[in-house]
Amino acid sequence: MSNENLVAPELAAIDIQGISRGSFIMRGAVAAGAVYGLGAVSPFVRQALAQEGGGDVEILNFALTLEYLEAAFYTQALKQTKGLSGDVRSLAKEIRDNENEHVGALMSTIKDLGGTPVKAPGVDFGNAFATQKSFLKLAQTFEDTGVSAYNGAAPAIKSKDVLAAAGSIVQIEARHAAAIRLLNGQPISDGGFDKSLDMQAVLDAVKPFVKS
Amino acid sequence: MSTISDERGEAARPAMQELAEDPSSRKRFLSMMGGAGAASAFAIFLAACGGDDEEQSSSTSTMKKEKKKPVAGGDLAIVQYALTLEHLETDFYNAVIDAGIIKNKSLGKIAVMIRDNEQEHVDALTATVEKLGGKPMRPKTNFDAVLEGGPKMVLETAATVENLGAAAYLGQAGRIESKEVLAAALAIHSIEARHAAALNTVVGRTIVPDGAFAKPASMAEVLPQVKPFLA
Repeated sequence: MSNENLVAPELAAIDIQGISRGSFIMRGAVAAGAVYGLGAVSPFVRQALAQEGGGDVEILNFALTLEYLEAAFYTQALKQTKGLSGDVRSLAKEIRDNENEHVGALMSTIKDLGGTPVKAPGVDFGNAFATQKSFLKLAQTFEDTGVSAYNGAAPAIKSKDVLAAAGSIVQIEARHAAAIRLLNGQPISDGGFDKSLDMQAVLDAVKPFVKS
Repeated sequence: MSTISDERGEAARPAMQELAEDPSSRKRFLSMMGGAGAASAFAIFLAACGGDDEEQSSSTSTMKKEKKKPVAGGDLAIVQYALTLEHLETDFYNAVIDAGIIKNKSLGKIAVMIRDNEQEHVDALTATVEKLGGKPMRPKTNFDAVLEGGPKMVLETAATVENLGAAAYLGQAGRIESKEVLAAALAIHSIEARHAAALNTVVGRTIVPDGAFAKPASMAEVLPQVKPFLA
């Protein structure tokens, strides 16, 4: 895949952990292919590499996938985790509702841009809901990863409107992360700056929980 | 990094001063920020950042005439604004910690942790301002009124300031031109959001006062709210 096919050729020169953006998208797509099956990946790649304005749609679909995962995670947690305390239960509900709203907003934004929202992935959270403690532990991972995913993807967003939307969502993810960390007795952040993760790193992090 | 080194060499402060002194450009700026009644807040903001105005304004006019550089506005002004807010926050937590107002041990730990984060933000933004060719802003602050209000008022104020800080960063994100500056602002933005949620929890507010989508705040909305803390 040559750089001429990129929707944002000027970004091709930007190295993302030592690889060009073009191959970065391909690597992400290949990883996504392994996760979702090729049917889901073909439109993903086409939007990312061929379509005008596809860059933002690609990022939004990536974000949508994460929000699907989070929404499913809290929905299942509320049903399956035994002995959730009142505080934890009401926080989990609030977060679940937020994630569902993010899913809805991202889907309509993708459609507004002429793209096709990806389908919700199958999920398997293993033994995460065995106890409140195990639920909160994985919740922290999801929220911190979500923050880093948005922070990593946002500078590549071209539309000011899409950037504003992503910003208003990542702030909420960060708030979730802090609240969960307080419940876990953890510091509310790891230092003064949230890490950013590229798509590949994020896909690797969530891969264990995705089933086609 | 070469993209943010020299091209926008003028300091934001002179650019802001130009706005404060020139009614027509001030009007344009304020309408751009969409704020009515922001003029006075802006003047106070500038006064609070004062120190050596003469030197700055004279060097500005020289630079403008001789070098005809583009007006720095943009990223440098935004980073200066962020730096001012971070100084304010750092000063606040230092004042709170020095006064020994928070007796609760775990709350005290949170205050120290947040203070350390804010100091890191000050350091990073100071370096960014210098890299952009500006002179870092340093407001004079005063939190006596809050400290006198006792621990509850201190925590309530901390929560308010953090929510405002998060909204302030969100309000600037779309205006930042440099990808590097944007990435840095985002890395700080989500930390302010974490602080806000933690302090909201401490004072019994919801962690998401705006619901599922955080609302941005413009300079015109933020400045009047920090005015009481500027000496």
